[in-house]
Amino acid sequence: MNDSIIIVRDLVKRFGSFTANDRLSFDVKRGEIFGFLGANGAGKTTAIRILCGLSRPTSGDAFVAGFDVYRQSEQIKRNIGYMSQKFSLYEDLTVRENILLYGGIYGMSRGDIRYRTEELLRKLDFIRFRDTLIGRLPTGYKQKLAFSAAIFHKPSIVFLDEPTGGVDPVTRRNFWELIYEASASGITVFVTTHYMDEAEYCDRVSVMSAGRIVALDTPAALREKWNASSVDEVFVKIARPAKTDAV
Amino acid sequence: MKRFLGFVRKEFLHIFRDYRTLIILFGIPATQIILFGYVVTNDLKEAGIGILDNSKDEITRSITAQLMASGFFHLETELQSESEIDALFKAGDVKAVITYGDNFSRRLTSEGVADIAIIADGSEPNVASLVTSYASAIINDCIMEIATEKVIFRIPVIPEVRMMYNQEMSSHYMFVPGVITLILILVCALMTSVTITREKEIGTMEVLLVSPLKPVQIILGKVAPYFLLSFINVIVILLLSWFVFRLPVKGSLALLLAECMLYILMGLSLGIMISTMASTMQQAIFISFLGLLLPSLLLSGFIYPIEHMPVIYDYVSFILPPRWFVVIIKSIMIKGSGLSDIWRETLFLAGATMLFIGISLRKFKSRLE
Amino acid sequence: MRTILCLIRKEFSQIGRNSLILRAVFIVPLLQMLILVPAVTFEIKNVRIAVVDNDLSQTSRGLINRLGSSEFFIIEGYAESAARAEQVMHSDGCDVIITFPAGFEKEITNGGVGRLQVIVNAINAVGAQLSWSYLNAVIRDYNMAITVTPDLTELQIPPPAITVSNRFWYNNMLDYKYYMLPGILVILVTAISFLLSGLNMVKEKESGTIEQINVTPVGKYQLIISKMIPFLIIGLADLSLGLIIGKIAFNIPFEGSLLTMFLGAVIFMTGLLGLALFISTFSDTQQQFMFIAFFFTMIFILMSGIFTPAESMPDWARKFNIVNPVAHLMRINRMVMLKGSGISDIAAELKSLTLIAIVFTSLAVWSYRKRI
Repeated sequence: MNDSIIIVRDLVKRFGSFTANDRLSFDVKRGEIFGFLGANGAGKTTAIRILCGLSRPTSGDAFVAGFDVYRQSEQIKRNIGYMSQKFSLYEDLTVRENILLYGGIYGMSRGDIRYRTEELLRKLDFIRFRDTLIGRLPTGYKQKLAFSAAIFHKPSIVFLDEPTGGVDPVTRRNFWELIYEASASGITVFVTTHYMDEAEYCDRVSVMSAGRIVALDTPAALREKWNASSVDEVFVKIARPAKTDAV
Repeated sequence: MKRFLGFVRKEFLHIFRDYRTLIILFGIPATQIILFGYVVTNDLKEAGIGILDNSKDEITRSITAQLMASGFFHLETELQSESEIDALFKAGDVKAVITYGDNFSRRLTSEGVADIAIIADGSEPNVASLVTSYASAIINDCIMEIATEKVIFRIPVIPEVRMMYNQEMSSHYMFVPGVITLILILVCALMTSVTITREKEIGTMEVLLVSPLKPVQIILGKVAPYFLLSFINVIVILLLSWFVFRLPVKGSLALLLAECMLYILMGLSLGIMISTMASTMQQAIFISFLGLLLPSLLLSGFIYPIEHMPVIYDYVSFILPPRWFVVIIKSIMIKGSGLSDIWRETLFLAGATMLFIGISLRKFKSRLE
Repeated sequence: MRTILCLIRKEFSQIGRNSLILRAVFIVPLLQMLILVPAVTFEIKNVRIAVVDNDLSQTSRGLINRLGSSEFFIIEGYAESAARAEQVMHSDGCDVIITFPAGFEKEITNGGVGRLQVIVNAINAVGAQLSWSYLNAVIRDYNMAITVTPDLTELQIPPPAITVSNRFWYNNMLDYKYYMLPGILVILVTAISFLLSGLNMVKEKESGTIEQINVTPVGKYQLIISKMIPFLIIGLADLSLGLIIGKIAFNIPFEGSLLTMFLGAVIFMTGLLGLALFISTFSDTQQQFMFIAFFFTMIFILMSGIFTPAESMPDWARKFNIVNPVAHLMRINRMVMLKGSGISDIAAELKSLTLIAIVFTSLAVWSYRKRI
């Protein structure tokens, strides 16, 4: 089944005279891991916020899980999960309390919540952290937890905004294991990152530069097209002219 | 030095870009002045009165008319019996009931006895005592007047009064110094405690501490803009009270401003001390605001004179810097006092400032160790 | 609804961990009430008189004695001259100066009028006014006494015996504590609740956790209600604690119905918290909110009637007070506690409070944006 679960056409977002998203158009297919790459300031976070219903577009169309971002943003929210750059778990709540909160908000039954919480804790090997305050956990653990919380209610899509900031490559790799698992269970993953090596983990990637999408394809196809050995190189080749403009 | 100035500049910009806070910062004293000047008075005006007139004769009606003509009272209702009083008071519109005994005129002219009772609602004691004393005065004058028409008598001793320092008996004199006192300490303590605690909470305090800036420079840099802001605030308040209320500064303006600067320093150092006790901004705000609001409002002597409090409060308010500053500022503005009159209070303010700074330094050093 | 309950449970978990604030919320009112309530009085007592007696006669001394033995005045001392006495007043050594001119007694015994010069320190205008009227009362009594004393040779018809008796209902000792306690309590509960709720919301904005909420299906109504209820409960708990302290420490009466009082309190808190949350929508930092909160709470408090009876305020101020929830609650508390007023008596205040609650809560919900 290759239908598109996210459809974006000519999406524009302007802040005053500054155009953060300049006529973006792309599709995300159900079940894929879609990487949304770009340098800092390229407009990734802006786009993802629009798709999550956190921000209104200036013009253009966008549909998430079949719902219109303009008029049906609350329905979108019922079907998605989100993990922000700041991880946004409550630092002064315990692991269990955080999960309990989101489970309740998404309308999961008490039994479901209890069962899945234990499952999650076991899988991550966090049982000993059940009653630990989030504030006391190391960053890597917080990340994993934030991701698990984001998919706890088994949404059809999960949006991840720069989820692997601030940790070493091994931890990042471990994190991506979780993403694979989620994808394997049928969740579509939309992830933004400025780590170009993570592009290799995605099914398809798009590269943003100064508000525009300058490339969109599978990592392999991009490497071939630009005659590069890594997506990183591809990015340098595409994005450099735009980079100097942005300064 | 250049680093320090750069740091100070950053702090200034930070503050002056925050339009909302700036507006409020200057809006607060402006509204306070208006409020205190026009609203917070204790003059009686149109207090609701009930009349229980068992005689209903010429004299009782004339006394009632005089009461109502005074402007202090307003005839709310006429009662038929005392049993109505409770319900009237409970409903809250009537503050006092004036009862005339029966056969009032006859008893007054033949026996020289005036049977009047003022029954006041004691749940608001300040209103009650104002109502009773104003009403008694008017009633007494009335009766004296009526009696002089019918009977010859003499009043041997007549006092003539001069109200010192305040010819027009305006309440502003009391309150404007108090407003300055209250606002300055609250704003200064709040601002500094929050700005320093903010760095602690975000975690940038560590960054500052490992920079080449010395801790003293960091604190000074954070506090300097607020010093300037508060000083401007004082000027604004003084200008406002001059233009709106014609409140003069009888004494030396330079001395007044100097004392204000000392007081501002004290407020800022208090804020610094508070910031050493709080780890989050919320805590700092709570300690500063809740800890200072009511004590400064009620115990500093500017609304409720300390002389009229039980003696122990003389000692309690001893440790409150606002209490001393109220004295200073009233003396300079209203009595025209010079430094020789207020040196004791000034010394105290200076001492308090140094105490706060001392405590802050000690706590700061122990944290670093 | 389950979502609201989940959110409320989360709020309480967080509040429960913030021990300093929790302690502050209950200990500060306790301490401040115990310390402040007995202090505030508007009674005229211990007014210090400096006497300049240029007559040194029986008549002058008679009046001085009377003044000294009254409960309001203290004879602070005698000054040699009016100028010296004014210096004393200048350095705050006395509140009133009374000067008897030479020949005072002679004037009176000759059938004329003895004129006293009285100077009152009027920096505290109302205090001065009251001192003056008590002074007059003493002089009036003295006038009667002189006239009937057989010392004077002429027989005068005494001025009429005026019995103006004063009785104070609900508070016959005219104890100011009864008045101040509800006032101070309301001020504290207002400040605490306003700050707690508003800062909480702004902090979530600052730390970014509010975004995580915005991305969920939680509705605006649900969010606002969940941000109000915990603090409403805390506010009511604070109020109750204050009332208990009032009863135990100061023996403040409670004539009316507890239910009536709490009805008023609940509606009040709803309005207050609604306003706090409305303002928090426009504050990006805790500092901003703090200042705006300061601004509003000061206005509400000053105009609430704690320092100044509503009857003394100008008309425009009285009109403003219709939207001042603190003024209404203070009135309700005072009336219910001291007079036992019932719901029908406070109907007007309840109506206003309800209107305020509806308006502010609606504003809070309407202005909250899940999507910017």
